[in-house]
Amino acid sequence: MLPTLTVGPFAIPVAPMAILISLWVGLTLAERNALRYGVNANHLYNLVFIALVAGVVGARLVYVVRYPGIFASSPIGAFSTNPDLLDPWGGIAVGLIAALIYGQRKKIALWPLLDALTPGLALLWVAFGFSHLASGNAFGMPTNLPWGIELWGAVRQPTQVYEIFAALVILGAVWPGSRITTGQPSGGAFLIFSACTAGARLFLEAFRGDSIILAGGFRSAQIIAWLIIAISLWGLAKMHDRSRKPLKNTDEQIQ
Amino acid sequence: MEKDKTFHLRWNIFSIIILLAGAGWIWLSKAPPGGTTGGDIPAPRQGFRAPDFTLQTLDGQSISLSSLRGRPVLINLWASWCPPCKSEMPDFEKVYNDYKSQGFVILAINATNQDTLTNASEFVRQNQLTFPILIDSDGQVSQNYQLRSLPTSFFVGKNGVIRDVIVGGPMAEALLRIRVQNLLEEKR
Repeated sequence: MLPTLTVGPFAIPVAPMAILISLWVGLTLAERNALRYGVNANHLYNLVFIALVAGVVGARLVYVVRYPGIFASSPIGAFSTNPDLLDPWGGIAVGLIAALIYGQRKKIALWPLLDALTPGLALLWVAFGFSHLASGNAFGMPTNLPWGIELWGAVRQPTQVYEIFAALVILGAVWPGSRITTGQPSGGAFLIFSACTAGARLFLEAFRGDSIILAGGFRSAQIIAWLIIAISLWGLAKMHDRSRKPLKNTDEQIQ
Repeated sequence: MEKDKTFHLRWNIFSIIILLAGAGWIWLSKAPPGGTTGGDIPAPRQGFRAPDFTLQTLDGQSISLSSLRGRPVLINLWASWCPPCKSEMPDFEKVYNDYKSQGFVILAINATNQDTLTNASEFVRQNQLTFPILIDSDGQVSQNYQLRSLPTSFFVGKNGVIRDVIVGGPMAEALLRIRVQNLLEEKR
């Protein structure tokens, strides 16, 4: 565990740093991958950049709206650099809306865009694994296994290491030009990534010690992952059908 | 056409096997009672019980964390040479005065093993801090709380479980107030 890296007078938080670096590398990877799927690399870069900026601003705005009384008495807090004053779900929602608006304005096709972004997303998941390892988040259940790690007062399953391993395997599977994603219909690479990531989460969640538990002892993340797998498998079948369907008339062929 | 039918049949069988296997794994890996909660284990992390300690204040009183069970507590590890620690203290004082009548407590633990008692006392006197300043002279509490960066703050709920950890500073006053209000609204 290495939550902060002390460099002189600065304490650099390792987890967000790992995610930032992966965002940068992942975006570069996605830009290079854009041409393969017929996506304009500049449009892709701008879309991600706009989504990120809108996401951060949105996360702060939603947080301020949630606690209007406190920010009215201490308005300077709304401009604080403290990342704990962000609403992550609000940020994701605002970022997605901004990306959708930009995508519609530039007429960017959704599925090729998602395919182009897939290796970057896979890299981001690897970074999440490293950030969990650095911060001690996403920790495992207590275990007697010889490869257990001492963490938070117990010897635990090294779930962060499992997560990194699974993410690296999936990254290899969706790497630009891989045999698994090459030749797939539009949206295929992204759906394969979604199904594999959800499958890995469904399997590994069983070893986690921080799961959100539903009635009957079921782990909420596993239920969500199962649904994502089902949707992805259904989507892959539909994509396959669409790619093989002959065009109805000559007008469509021209278009 | 025939090829498509075969593909569909194979794909449907594959999908059903995957989904059944997934459902089976979800059933098999249901969380055992107490298997996923850290609430009973002392560790310096959100969701775990705050490690107990007993320390002396600057004026010689002895305070233990366990004696404050039932009250929300902010544990702040600080040193007088650390600029962000010093700049957040006046806000701590303001918020402490606003919420102490509701049971809120601040335990500002001076990492005395990497500070001097004279400097710490001087800083407290200059800023007229009224909440308890504890002396961690041998660094044992800093070690138990896995202190890696100053300041570090732990928001502890009425049941003694850590609700939030803020590493670094200075903490915005708004963030401090929100966290304290959340702790006060918690049921025991």
